[in-house]
Amino acid sequence: MSIRIAEHIRDIPRSGIRDFFEIVQTMDDVVSLGIGEPDFATPWHIREAAVYALEKGRTGYTSNLGLPRLRRSISDYVSRNFGIRYEPLSEVLVSVGVSEAIDLALRALLDPGDEVVYHEPCYVSYAPSIAMARGVAKAVRTHAADGFSLRAEALAGAVTPRTRAVMLNFPTNPTGATMEPAELEKIARVCVEKDLVVLSDEIYSELTFDGGKHTSIASFPGMQERTVFLHGLSKAFAMTGWRIGFACAPAELIEAMMKIHQYSILCAPIMGQDAAVEALERGADSVAKMRDEYELRRNFIVSSLNEMGLPCRSPRGSFYVFPEISGTGLSSRDFSMRLLQEKRVAVVPGTAFGPGGEGHVRCSFATALDQIKTAMLRMEEFVRGLK
Amino acid sequence: MNSIVDLLEKNALMPRDEMAKLLNMPRAELDAAIARLEADGVILGYQAVVNHEKWETDKVVAIIEVKITPERDGGFDRIASRIARFDEVQGCYLVSGGYDLLIILEAPNLRAAAAFVAEKLSTIEAVQATATHFRLKTYKENGTFHLFDPASERLAVSP
Repeated sequence: MSIRIAEHIRDIPRSGIRDFFEIVQTMDDVVSLGIGEPDFATPWHIREAAVYALEKGRTGYTSNLGLPRLRRSISDYVSRNFGIRYEPLSEVLVSVGVSEAIDLALRALLDPGDEVVYHEPCYVSYAPSIAMARGVAKAVRTHAADGFSLRAEALAGAVTPRTRAVMLNFPTNPTGATMEPAELEKIARVCVEKDLVVLSDEIYSELTFDGGKHTSIASFPGMQERTVFLHGLSKAFAMTGWRIGFACAPAELIEAMMKIHQYSILCAPIMGQDAAVEALERGADSVAKMRDEYELRRNFIVSSLNEMGLPCRSPRGSFYVFPEISGTGLSSRDFSMRLLQEKRVAVVPGTAFGPGGEGHVRCSFATALDQIKTAMLRMEEFVRGLK
Repeated sequence: MNSIVDLLEKNALMPRDEMAKLLNMPRAELDAAIARLEADGVILGYQAVVNHEKWETDKVVAIIEVKITPERDGGFDRIASRIARFDEVQGCYLVSGGYDLLIILEAPNLRAAAAFVAEKLSTIEAVQATATHFRLKTYKENGTFHLFDPASERLAVSP
């Protein structure tokens, strides 16, 4: 018997990253710049707090929305770092990673056929998440000339009467794009004018460089009431495996998201929640140390790539660089595949993040400096060999 | 923010070209900045971190608490500098709490360490009392782990 898969699931392609890395896994001696995960283990004081909580026997369910103590920590953290005030008990939901929170928000908001506009190249999950929520994904291209940041007029041009929401992700995976506050404010104005909800994935917001500070779109006038502020502990606190994310939004939307979360997940694991309290309340120094280390590596990788003739903008956020490889005459996929096969260096083809990523590859600098150095030497040989 | 001193403290042997690249700074500017740090006495020297479980294993390290009668004119400073000048003394700190000076002593063997305490340190007039603690095992020194590897494991591929 052949099992019939629901149409809206069947039509979703597998992640382009996954396809590529299934090949990587079969090879030895590969230096990988393909990993979107900090190479640091979670800072010890956070792990130690989790061990302590386990010793005390804290192993049960929590409130569906998450531990009240954690929701207060989240509310304080968001207010302290981004200047936005959320009521901890009604406007904050703790999710299993920020990915779950995105899914909850989309499912709570969309009726079949509603459109969601997002900027591309972008993280691989956005279009599929919209499709899984029965929405229609509408991509707006961002361009290398603008540093891949989103222009308000491009966004406005993609909005139709059916557009329900906009998804933003700054700093951006994979391009490292950030937004100037003035342009972000213009985007906010478009959202207010067209009465759109904003899903703002700000998972890389602590990882900004050159002394720049992240501005959340929720902080502009008229925005908090229409924004789902999405964040989590994976990137800045090096806590990917703990699976703790959160959403801050108006109470009625949190209530709707909670219903989906309650019936599908129940609650995020308590160990992760206990660890998250320690991270948010006492983790600032650990974050600053890792951020400083990323900045050093960014400087190194950017100058190496430019020196070997692959033009690369220095990103002001995230831990990715998105160098241009079109000068080699190869497509993103061919470049990545040949680099992998001939020099054993794994990068991700830009097209894995949408067609607008053609001509680029994504390299993560959340990788130990020794690995980055080896990768740059091998890549330089590869590029020289192409000439 | 990252500084040259932070990088040198972590790895003084890092090639200067690499350091310049990491700090996004021209090489000549970096060399000049390091020379200035050395000339100004911000950087006093460069040393190796040695695992004494594997090298000169007989060497004895002790932490000594010393109680002192401060002098009317020199306070603790004159006595402290007198003690610090002995070759065996690797570290000497004025501390708050139940005693005054904390000394890190290194000696080739137990007998030499005992002789230093009995014959040199205790006989200084201002020294009222000493308490000597011998090192048994090193877990972490200068930020470097000795006995275990704290590194993490992660997948070669992210999902």
